[in-house]
Amino acid sequence: MEILDILISASFWAAAVRIASPLIFATLGELICERAGVLNLGIEGIMVVGAFAGWMAVYSGADLWVGVGVAMGAGMLFGLLHAILSVPFGLSQHVVGLGITLLATASTYFAYRVALPEVTNPPRIEAFKELAIPLLSDIPVIGQALFTQTPLTYLAFVTAAIVAFVLYRTPLGLALRAVGENPHSVEAQGLSVTGLRMGAVIVGSGLMGVGGAFLTMSAFNSFFFEMVNGRGWICIALVVFGAWKPGKALLGALLFAAFDALQIRLQQTSLGADIPYQIFLMMPYLLSILALVVMSRRAEVPAALMVPFNKGER
Amino acid sequence: MRLEPVADPGWTRTLGLPALALGGTVAIAMALALIAGSNPLAVLGLILKGAVGSKFALLETLNRATPLIFTGLAVAVAFRAKLWNIGAEAQLYMGALLAVVLGTGAVALPSVLLIPVLMAAAITGGALMLLGPAFLKTRLGVDEVVTTLLLNFVMILVVSMLLEGPMKDPMGMGWPKSERLVPDARLPRIVTGLRLHWGFGLALICAVLVWVMQTRTTLGYEIRAVGLNRRAAAFAGIPVTVVVIKTALISGGLAGLAGFSEVAGLKGSLTLDLSPGFGYTGIIVAMLALLNPLGVIVSALFVAGIFVGADSMSRAAGVPTYIADILLASALLLMVLAIMLTRFRVVRG
Repeated sequence: MEILDILISASFWAAAVRIASPLIFATLGELICERAGVLNLGIEGIMVVGAFAGWMAVYSGADLWVGVGVAMGAGMLFGLLHAILSVPFGLSQHVVGLGITLLATASTYFAYRVALPEVTNPPRIEAFKELAIPLLSDIPVIGQALFTQTPLTYLAFVTAAIVAFVLYRTPLGLALRAVGENPHSVEAQGLSVTGLRMGAVIVGSGLMGVGGAFLTMSAFNSFFFEMVNGRGWICIALVVFGAWKPGKALLGALLFAAFDALQIRLQQTSLGADIPYQIFLMMPYLLSILALVVMSRRAEVPAALMVPFNKGER
Repeated sequence: MRLEPVADPGWTRTLGLPALALGGTVAIAMALALIAGSNPLAVLGLILKGAVGSKFALLETLNRATPLIFTGLAVAVAFRAKLWNIGAEAQLYMGALLAVVLGTGAVALPSVLLIPVLMAAAITGGALMLLGPAFLKTRLGVDEVVTTLLLNFVMILVVSMLLEGPMKDPMGMGWPKSERLVPDARLPRIVTGLRLHWGFGLALICAVLVWVMQTRTTLGYEIRAVGLNRRAAAFAGIPVTVVVIKTALISGGLAGLAGFSEVAGLKGSLTLDLSPGFGYTGIIVAMLALLNPLGVIVSALFVAGIFVGADSMSRAAGVPTYIADILLASALLLMVLAIMLTRFRVVRG
């Protein structure tokens, strides 16, 4: 019955929404890349970069929103590198992505050590504070879960709406979806396949950077090694689970986060006393694999995902 | 811009471009040294000296290269069939785990029998670890990149759980480590007195065996065909699913051997820091070797040298050791670009 108690508590749902926020940003970023036909395995490293860059900017005295901008910019920079190598040069997206993850992670740790050589306990920053939305936050349970969050969480939901709108209601979105399905048709329209794909990878990587920044600027208020801890890979699974659609991806991230919040709380119950804590920690990863298996049968993969495009080639 | 195939690359292109990639990596190393406030040439010198400058350094590099040859081969075999095995880390731990389960007294055999038994156990463990993702891929079309990646996180938690629970060494002073392997289970030194164990010899043998398999057997031919074009291979009558599963078993088995070699040759027991990412680094080793099994030996030595050299340089000059990972990532990206540009030229329009 402890599970029931957890599930009806408002703080549980608030935690779920908080856990979901960085995943929403990064999943949307990956979704944009994949919709344009590029698998971005740089996501894990780009989240690390974003987490560090945003935190470092604020630690050096920048405004919080400037920090978010810096994180986005840092993500876009690595996105640009990924885009150059994988789009016009058409290199293996697996190799480029893993290379970018390693490069971004190592560069971040290097920069951290150079910037703060003597530090053993990473310094904390004055992070985003909860911002209760008037009236709405007074609704029982929902008010605390959805309307008593930090501004970055609200931004995550707004971003999901914007991505969905652009993807399905604008010419740019149409072109972007087409370039992931049939780049030749986009080429025939006189649009630049290279430009669209590079743009998607850069913007998507920027969102991954913001997702990483959420961890340091709205959750842990500090930067430490291995803090991203596979969240990037989980987001790739969430894109598949969400069938490459922003709305479903958002729901997937929330569902996943609810399970994650549940396993954290269960650790503190009598169940947690009997079962090794590692079992609980495994759950998010096993759940992601399970999600992939469940969705595999009806996955509508973008047809040109991972297919490089070279002008004049059929 | 677009890419146009180069009919006859010529040796300036085939040698010059990779050389340029290496030069670029060195330039990045020097820039990083400057950023960290050190003398670039001194840092390069210290890395070189730390990697090959003394007998101790050289042996350290060979020891570090040993698991990288195994994981590099594991990745090279799998990538050749376009089976994206990013889970060598988990397979390594599974191999080490089974070797430790059987090698700490559960099986009492003389050394000549015990070591092969433990090797077989490690190969089986690693292979089984990749079999799941391979089945999910062939049966349900589940992308193996994500499943193998996520299993790395699961496996390290499994090891952590066992080392804090049933497999915990009662004499371990509370540290999460397993009991030590019995002496008969340990791989002997190649030369007595020198810190280099037979795991290195085993890795070289495996590289040759994989090379023979890839170039001289039907399976090797089938793996290449499946990797080049799955549909064409199926059309030519190659049982694609069976080939992918066989590839997975070989790849996972090789990574499992890395785990066996580390516990039986070097560490003696299982700990959570048995592998500082050998499974992931294997990807770089394999790519730098262009997936060639014999090339894996060379690139594993190179990669190990950078790691060992950077460790020793960091102690002397204070430049963070993460410089090694940055250099390897840069070398990887620059090299794949250079190799591609030997076969294609960039034209305008």
